[in-house]
Amino acid sequence: MNKVVDIEQFTNKIKDGMTIMIGGFLGNGTPETLIDAIVEKGVKNLTIIANDTAFVDKGIGKLIVNKQVKKVITSHIGTNKETGRQLNAGELDVVLVPQGTLAEQVRAGGAGLGGILTPTGLGTIVEENKQKIVVDGKEYLLETPIRADVALIAGSKVDKSGNAYHTKSTRNFNPLMATAADLVVVEAEKVVEIGEIDPDVVMTLGIFVDFVVRGENNG
Amino acid sequence: MDKNLVKDTIAKRVALEMNDGDLVNLGIGLPTLVANFIPKDISITLQSENGFVGLGPAPAEGEEDKDLVNAGSQPVTILPGGAFFDSLTSFGIIRGGHLDATVLGALQVDEKGNLANWMIPGKMVPGMGGAMDLVTGAKRVIVAMVHTAKGTPKILKECNLPLTAAGKVDLIITEMGVMKVTTKGLLLTELNPEFTVDDIKKATDAELIISYDLKEMRTK
Repeated sequence: MNKVVDIEQFTNKIKDGMTIMIGGFLGNGTPETLIDAIVEKGVKNLTIIANDTAFVDKGIGKLIVNKQVKKVITSHIGTNKETGRQLNAGELDVVLVPQGTLAEQVRAGGAGLGGILTPTGLGTIVEENKQKIVVDGKEYLLETPIRADVALIAGSKVDKSGNAYHTKSTRNFNPLMATAADLVVVEAEKVVEIGEIDPDVVMTLGIFVDFVVRGENNG
Repeated sequence: MDKNLVKDTIAKRVALEMNDGDLVNLGIGLPTLVANFIPKDISITLQSENGFVGLGPAPAEGEEDKDLVNAGSQPVTILPGGAFFDSLTSFGIIRGGHLDATVLGALQVDEKGNLANWMIPGKMVPGMGGAMDLVTGAKRVIVAMVHTAKGTPKILKECNLPLTAAGKVDLIITEMGVMKVTTKGLLLTELNPEFTVDDIKKATDAELIISYDLKEMRTK
């Protein structure tokens, strides 16, 4: 099945108030073309789930700067001054989550699990209002699943059915986020024919993907 | 001491804590310098929490690869034998006890091994990133930092900033000396000969137990 669509077919699906998960790590492996399209459309009150808020002029940072985000669930905001400014001014709700916990919450959301148990955050403010569970004498925090309306991910090479290969350090949150949203959109640096990616190296499965969008300036 | 000498002194001493074959995660900033001083007769593997093991040095100018960066977004290289993975595997390595050591900086560290390095309420809230997982999961947690914040002690009886993890720090290495976290408190095991026991006590809020076997701080 050919899932390649024009950027408008993607932006038509993006509405005010949506929860959007975005792959990438400080902008590395982030779908910039999809983000730019959301910036251009100007939808508001978004909840963003992402590892970090990148930089003011890169990746998820652009959505923050354009004041389209009301809440962000993330592990790090230190590289984007505007996120901190909006947080301090009471304009943006920021939920800080340990990076490994965020990854597992997304996995749980995509894998039909009721949550995960982690020792990370015990004895810190992260444990506030969370259930503690003891397993074999060891204490853990119960962290609940996370899902989104839309997941936006970036692939280095993507076939027309959505199977994606993410090169080097661009993989990060991309394959897991593809499992945990109602609408999954992959921005392809390069689109290839079905069968051109060796099934042994498919990292994000096409079965999770709804749309493939060609990245700007790319094939 | 000169600022760069301070950093190199700390990094050199931390490097001596590494064992042949260790898998190690070095934090951003001063801890990254440790890689420059690994003894020639041992080999360690560095993990980059954004998704690979076999982290190598920065590439030559013009050789940067936009798809290969470290957890601080800087261009890096990967060494032969390295491997890439997603964030689940990355934090599985970290949380699962597969990391022999993590080296991090601190805003505050205390005599119970508590560490605070991710926020100053109302002032600086960068977020914990991977630090909480690293400190919770690594087999050894080494704090590498300048001893004081411009004269204000950072090694305290009790941290008053939000913690990164409770009771997880094993060793504190500063330009003044090496302190081990023990059930009885902080044990000073090595002192930099540039300083006296009195100097380090004055610069430290926590009670320092002076080892009966106190040695000169090693840097090579």
